Amino acid sequence: MSRPVAPATGSGRIRTPLPFPTAAKPAVADTQLRANLHRATRTIRAKRARVVDEVPDWEALRDAGAAIKADVQRRLPELLEQFEASATAAGATVHWARDAAEACRIVVALTQAAGADEVVKVKSMATQEIELNEALEAAGIAAYETDLAELIVQLGDDTPSHILVPAIHYNRAQIREIFQRRMADAPADLSDEPAALAEAARAHLRRRFLSARVAVSGANFAVADTGTLVVVESEGNGRMCLTLPETLISVVGVEKLLPTFTDLEVFLQLLPRSSTGERMNPYTSMWTGVTPGDGPQDVHVVLVDNGRSAVLADPVGRPALSCIRCSACLNVCPVYERAGGHAYGSVYPGPIGAILSPQLTGVADNASLPYASTLCGACYDVCPVKINIPEILVHLRQQAPHPPAERAAMRVLSWVMRSPRRWAAALRLARVGAGPLGAYRERRTGARTLRRLPWPASAWTRSRDLPLPAPQTFREWWGKQ
Amino acid sequence: MVGEAVSARDEILARLRTALADSPPPVQVPRGYRRVDDRPDLIATLVDRLEDYKAVVHHGIDALPRLLSEVGRLAVPTDVPADWLAGYAGELHRDSPPLSPAALDDLDAVLTGCAVVVADTGTIILDAGPAQGRRALTLVPDRHICVVRTDQVVGLLPEALTRLDPRAPLTWISGPSATSDIELNRVEGVHGPRRLEVVLIDSGA
Repeated sequence: MSRPVAPATGSGRIRTPLPFPTAAKPAVADTQLRANLHRATRTIRAKRARVVDEVPDWEALRDAGAAIKADVQRRLPELLEQFEASATAAGATVHWARDAAEACRIVVALTQAAGADEVVKVKSMATQEIELNEALEAAGIAAYETDLAELIVQLGDDTPSHILVPAIHYNRAQIREIFQRRMADAPADLSDEPAALAEAARAHLRRRFLSARVAVSGANFAVADTGTLVVVESEGNGRMCLTLPETLISVVGVEKLLPTFTDLEVFLQLLPRSSTGERMNPYTSMWTGVTPGDGPQDVHVVLVDNGRSAVLADPVGRPALSCIRCSACLNVCPVYERAGGHAYGSVYPGPIGAILSPQLTGVADNASLPYASTLCGACYDVCPVKINIPEILVHLRQQAPHPPAERAAMRVLSWVMRSPRRWAAALRLARVGAGPLGAYRERRTGARTLRRLPWPASAWTRSRDLPLPAPQTFREWWGKQ
Repeated sequence: MVGEAVSARDEILARLRTALADSPPPVQVPRGYRRVDDRPDLIATLVDRLEDYKAVVHHGIDALPRLLSEVGRLAVPTDVPADWLAGYAGELHRDSPPLSPAALDDLDAVLTGCAVVVADTGTIILDAGPAQGRRALTLVPDRHICVVRTDQVVGLLPEALTRLDPRAPLTWISGPSATSDIELNRVEGVHGPRRLEVVLIDSGA
């Protein structure tokens, strides 16, 4: 007999150590960082727009993508069981992990069982989320990131700041500097041409690929009816890791399922155009369990909950599980472009991170993130699976704990605004009270605004100016016309 | 059975069932997107897309000997069609017994066929079927020469999926290896083959 089990929140690198405004402050003040982000996001926005515009049925693909993912969420338990059965029948071993720590323990144990003290890694958000590299290192296993951007971040002792391009915050000169400092075999005369930097990465990783015994990957999609895993990539580092080692361990969030192999026809059109702004990414690999004589013969899949059941439990927030990690929402977000990815504190930055991280951890643990948005809605417009990010942001703001001063102020405001008479009187009072101050500020600064209010309202003016009431209301002005 | 530890599998599935206590309604997936291409000239589209992503396109099987004459050491799958190698004078390495990664890394090029090609995106799909060999073969050598028959070309991605067996290891290739990781500009040439050459042959001829 099964008894009800409560959905559980997750652990790992999904919590903001600092409130978003505090964490964003140094980034906003860093002019080099802002220039790098501006340049990169502008480039990718233009590329995406061009390749999306050439698809006449783009909206129909989005509708299909959103519906398939809603169907997956509705049927998640049965689809997971189906995936497990198909993958197992094809020769893979399926493992289940309740949280980050359990997933890490499984990967460490599998690596040790394979007798390896190093692994090569394909870029994967799930393994970043569960902090797998740290767990491997603690067990004496070296983890080598092989995606170029992940390699840059790893060599720079940094953390990723973007879902697709973890090193988006560096420009070419900074990348060259990191390579020269940390890559022992980098050529002495390395230039900052992207082609030269890519060549240096190729030479650096070549031997490691050819001799690796264990690889760790994520997966973009896991197909329930066939047990197939799909990895979408560009450089060929994915193919190297997925093909050459004897043992392959893939860490997959439970939400990554698709019901059927045919559903890939939707997502393999949506993802590359939304993500890198290409018609198709250079390489996509699909494998179903073990193929004798071709590729890894010891194939494992680790299905990870780590907070996803908690996201699924909220009918309004649930569509956050539709995310295919394309990062189009980051690239169009005015807040992301200025604050950068590190300010979000989680491996999932930008608009999708602002709704996903607080749901994975519980809103109380990431209470500032739902406010890291202007609610402009650009993220919703570009989302290939039509996640209504602004709606979920507002929903999460309602759940976030509010300070007592704010709650008291809102109660008073609500009482005032409930009656037209009280509202008109309050406006009059505010105008009379602020009149001389407004005139003074206008003379001094040219604007009828206040920069700083006393505590506790100072929290509001820390990152905004307070406009003072105008000398007359629109109704008064209209009455005089 | 009191006190027996619940497996992670059972606990996760139970959590997810609890999370769906609101019983979301069934979803009808609207499939109003194009599943068949009505473009008149698929091959012209294919060539345009391949070249846009820096693959080099050659026309006709007659192009092959000239192409192979520049290749000193060539890897081929065991079932490579004999006429593709007609007149090849270089060092030929058949993948039998399977060539080690290090041995493959020493070769100059690999010559294979493919399973399906998507014109709309310039995507070549390998499924380990005839004349393709295993995955490592087309991955490690720095130059991939791929023979594409015109009857293997479809317009759109949905058409390609219907021709594939999901249980086969599949490799989708769109241009040579590339990265967009530096300032989000695409540059060709990272870990996969840095040169991709396509020989288009007319299957009707």
